[in-house]
Amino acid sequence: MDQDVGSLKAQLKEKEKEVAALRARLAQMEKSRASVPELHSDVAPLTPLTAKAALSNEDIMRYSRQLLLPELGVQGQLNLSGTSVLVVGCGGLGCPLAQYLAAAGIGRLGLLDYDEVELSNLHRQVLHGEENQGQAKALSASRAVRRLNSTVDCVPYHLQLSPENALELIQQYPPEANLPCRRLGHLDFPDPMYDIVADCSDNVPTRYLVNDACVLSGKPLVSASALRMEGQLTVYNYGGGPCYRCLYPTPPPPETVTNCSDGGVLGVVPGIMGCFQALEVLKIASGRGCAAARVAPGDMADNSPGGLFSAFDLNQAPPASCGQQLLMFDGQDARFRSIRLRPKQPGCAACGEKPSVTGLIDYEAFCGSAATDKCQKLNLLSKDQRITAQDYKSILDNTEPHILLDVRPRVEVDICHLPFSLNIPLSSLEERKSEHLRLLQGRISQLKQEMAAERRPAVYVICKQGNDSQKAVQVLEKLSGSEVDAITVKDVCGGLMAWAKNIDPTFPQY
Amino acid sequence: MAAPVGVHLEFGGGAELLFNGVKEHQVTLPSQSDPWDMKQLLVWIRRNLLKERPELFVQGDTVRPGILVLINDADWELMGELEYQLEDQDNIVFISTLHGG
Ligand SMILES: [Zn+2]
Repeated sequence: MDQDVGSLKAQLKEKEKEVAALRARLAQMEKSRASVPELHSDVAPLTPLTAKAALSNEDIMRYSRQLLLPELGVQGQLNLSGTSVLVVGCGGLGCPLAQYLAAAGIGRLGLLDYDEVELSNLHRQVLHGEENQGQAKALSASRAVRRLNSTVDCVPYHLQLSPENALELIQQYPPEANLPCRRLGHLDFPDPMYDIVADCSDNVPTRYLVNDACVLSGKPLVSASALRMEGQLTVYNYGGGPCYRCLYPTPPPPETVTNCSDGGVLGVVPGIMGCFQALEVLKIASGRGCAAARVAPGDMADNSPGGLFSAFDLNQAPPASCGQQLLMFDGQDARFRSIRLRPKQPGCAACGEKPSVTGLIDYEAFCGSAATDKCQKLNLLSKDQRITAQDYKSILDNTEPHILLDVRPRVEVDICHLPFSLNIPLSSLEERKSEHLRLLQGRISQLKQEMAAERRPAVYVICKQGNDSQKAVQVLEKLSGSEVDAITVKDVCGGLMAWAKNIDPTFPQY
Repeated sequence: MAAPVGVHLEFGGGAELLFNGVKEHQVTLPSQSDPWDMKQLLVWIRRNLLKERPELFVQGDTVRPGILVLINDADWELMGELEYQLEDQDNIVFISTLHGG
């Protein structure tokens, strides 16, 4: 009896050891499978992506709910596994787009972003978490996507898309080699690096750059944008439809362009648009987007196992539902609207009959703005019309009589303001709104009683970052001595953000 | 004499900010000898609706780059652009292109 107990115990111990070893091996394998994707800071050639020949049992289980759709089916799923998508920008649009493409089983995702994760990104860039602050967005997005579907090949690029790298990144062969049916599995020419490009960028120069690179390399471009409560989506350069330049031959004047860091955006709005982008990409990638797109495999496929029919020969493919169409979303009214667009324009500089854009150009010069959504610094005033945040601190410390005029819109003043400031929005000054001018005049008269008669009252203008304040100084100088009493007016360089950074670290930044 | 024309104007994508943030305007264009066309509509908007900073909306006799014009839910390029003759109850949309993400 004792002997039996002893031997069982020994056996159990042995088995436990075995289990522990198996557990360790499993953990090791899982760890390496979900290992950190290597961050690329330049464009390196990738191994060709080959579509799956058949679905494994695991694939069938994972994708079962979408395999049931006749609109996708097994062939569509296999096509997805052989498609690589370049996502330009891992922000508010790129995050949900990458998430749904990975979940659906896309073959390869190139995730490109030059930026790092900041706290003010998290309300809309939902693949990044608090612990990812300061990390490259491309890497953070890749890790999140890997957790979701480790079978997707993720390639994070921590770099700015530029005229120098865009073509090399998108294609691995010169445009002349842009042959139809290149996805038939022949090996006599290299696979293209990316099959579809998604523009999730946040600035005008990048949008023209991505368009031209797609036209030159013959790639469909699924493009979305969002601002405030609105979004827009179009598929360009696909199925004989127009390219971005067909619609917008001339870039907008830089002063008419508002970015998300100035105009604001409700996170769910780019979320909705990014999801729509994913839908359009999936329809193109599966080759089964609409009835006409269903080329019978026998018509075009070669007979080798795994051979795929060309899902999207650009000249023959029927338009995706958003080709030659603009989808507009207004979140305020909860309304979608679909607009029929012009066809490809024969006179288009990029995709027309005699294109003048035969290579990539300097897009920042072309658009007159930088390829970033960060605030550009204006320089409208001379040095003696400006003071620093430090100068203003001394004025306060010396209790010099003055007016601090905050020219931000009401909604921003509600976020934070200096308690003694007078708020008149720049727009009201520009429109010379009488009630606001009366308010200002009242404060000037009050100030005059507090100081020596021969001195001009001082007005210091402040805004968020020191751009609007300069415009306001220019307006006020015109008003001074005519619509209001003569004043000395200067702006606070760098605005409230400089104040928060250099003088009062407890003042909120936004 | 052509009768007055009632048109529905919409501004979006930020273009409404030039019109006091009001997105929809139902307007009546007075009767005139020739039919109203888009070119004349732009002049009318500039005179009657647009109070400040017209350069952010029009450039020369057309809209500034970056604003897409839609006539009854179609790109105006398909409808004759500036030459399109307005009909009663037409819906004209001016949409500023968005670039953010
Ligand atoms: Zn074009």
